[in-house]
Amino acid sequence: MNPIISVANLSKTYASGLHALRRINLDIRRGEIFALLGPNGAGKTTLIGIICGIVNPTGGTVTVDGHDIVRDYRAARSLIGLVPQELTTDAFETVWATVSFSRGLWGKRADRDHIAGVLKALSLWDKRDSKIFTLSGGTKRRVLIAKALSHEPQILFLDEPTAGVDVELRKDMWGIVRSLRAAGVTIILTTHYIEEAEQMADRIGVINKGELILVEEKAELMRKLGKKQMTLHLHAKLDAVPAALAAHRLTLAGDGTELVYTYDTQAGRTGITALLHDLGAAGIGFRDLNTTQSSLEDIFVDLVRRGQ
Amino acid sequence: MNFRAAGAIYGFEMARTGRTLMQSIISPVISTSLYFVVFGGAIGSRITEIEGVSYGAFIVPGLVMMMLLTQSTANASFGIYLPKFVGSIYELLSAPISYVEIVLGYVGAAATKSIILGLIILATAGLFVPLRVAHPVWMIAFLVLTAVTFSLFGFIIGIWADGFEKLQVIPLLVITPLTFLGGSFYSVSVLPPIWQTISLFNPVLYLISGFRWSFYGIADVGVGVSLAMTVLFMALCLAGVWWIFRTGYRLKQ
Ligand SMILES: Nc1ncnc2c1ncn2[C@@H]1O[C@H](COP(=O)(O)OP(=O)(O)OP(=O)(O)O)[C@@H](O)[C@H]1O
Ligand SMILES: [Mg+2]
Repeated sequence: MNPIISVANLSKTYASGLHALRRINLDIRRGEIFALLGPNGAGKTTLIGIICGIVNPTGGTVTVDGHDIVRDYRAARSLIGLVPQELTTDAFETVWATVSFSRGLWGKRADRDHIAGVLKALSLWDKRDSKIFTLSGGTKRRVLIAKALSHEPQILFLDEPTAGVDVELRKDMWGIVRSLRAAGVTIILTTHYIEEAEQMADRIGVINKGELILVEEKAELMRKLGKKQMTLHLHAKLDAVPAALAAHRLTLAGDGTELVYTYDTQAGRTGITALLHDLGAAGIGFRDLNTTQSSLEDIFVDLVRRGQ
Repeated sequence: MNFRAAGAIYGFEMARTGRTLMQSIISPVISTSLYFVVFGGAIGSRITEIEGVSYGAFIVPGLVMMMLLTQSTANASFGIYLPKFVGSIYELLSAPISYVEIVLGYVGAAATKSIILGLIILATAGLFVPLRVAHPVWMIAFLVLTAVTFSLFGFIIGIWADGFEKLQVIPLLVITPLTFLGGSFYSVSVLPPIWQTISLFNPVLYLISGFRWSFYGIADVGVGVSLAMTVLFMALCLAGVWWIFRTGYRLKQ
């Protein structure tokens, strides 16, 4: 299936001379949840800004469902909803007015039922007549989401939707994201809470200093880069890793009561059999063992560090 | 054309106006009344008629123009500056609309408001002095043209401004002086010849002159020239708006 968003050789140099994006190539698949990860200042918001028409690209092209975002901007933008990173809303309008206004801007016929539905789904219904400046930060975030959903977008950009948001709203939000995805909406999100990306995303892209350093299926990424650790809980305390086991590059933990073995799930041989054999030979007994897999967060931190 | 979008912006802006209706109407009405008490009543009674028009009546078109220019500029500049200031401009930029719809919405709403205001001030003036309108169609035409032109001008100011001071500076330092010197309260024919010539470089003179002609049939410059100058200024503003959206000036990085 052809991608819903296609970014080719996209570059952005700000007037300050800062290269915010360097020749980005990226295809977003129809109906997926794509998580864009990267440290502060990596260029995530800039990339989203260009696709949505807020920032002018310096070079390269973007098409949205086959429509060039510059030449055919009306068709491209009519498909897109954007929830910006900053809490930027009118202050003196009511929630209802500002959300209805968004729908009008997208040229959609007024639809009170749809707006009411969106407000209810975001627990904003009771606040519909409140002026926005009287709302808390998290509620303003909901209003921004409601504005983006008011015009029934096919593609939704969520730029750090969970920054400064409590657990309850976060749960609501991911519930909404799941149901949007089920309805066929493509979702591109950025977040600094990597466990969220791990839970939600189908694919993950990592951007660092304006370069897209990785795009991968989440499952594949976890498999490829995932390291496993096996921890052995020993019967007797050790002062050091015995010389006989040096080849296995073990580390001692838990005040000498645990031995930790790190191995690569990708490797043909994990070396576990050999390790257990050598342990028996050295007379080291253990009462329990458990294994853990590295999280996306570990993978991410590792990737970005390597990029420095 | 995305007429729904233009309509949404227009409606949104008119609603914003509606919330501040009392202050935006009462203050111009009070200040106009003060002008009449001072100029029309106290001083005007000692001034002889100008070309057969009593002084009180003579200043009405100039006063209306003055309100029209300052209010149109202020309304339109504030209307577009506000979303820039709070950041909600992101939505206008990411919506499937062209600058035509944005301008129709914002400038249309600002012009509507100042036209209503102009008519209210005319009605207020009618309470103080006997008004007659010789060419009503032209009167309305000048009213609408000027409101639209200066709303466009205000729109440009609102995009150019990067602080509230700049928003105030143009109406205060440019428009008000030009209106005072453009013959709001006198006919330029009373000036020494050299000042008459200098006055001809003041674009506001042409607006006031044309507008006054539509009331009393008297003018400092030919009405055709007035009309041409108004249209010229409007064309300049349109070109400015076109350039802003083509380059993304102060809107897009
Ligand atoms: N208007 C601007 N003018 C100049 N530089 C800018 C502008 N906006 C962003 N930048 C710079 O471009 C780079 C990328 O910024 P961007 O906002 O895209 O990062 P980000 O990945 O979204 O970061 P964060 O996680 O902090 O939101 C940063 O170095 C930033 O300082
Ligand atoms: Mg960002």
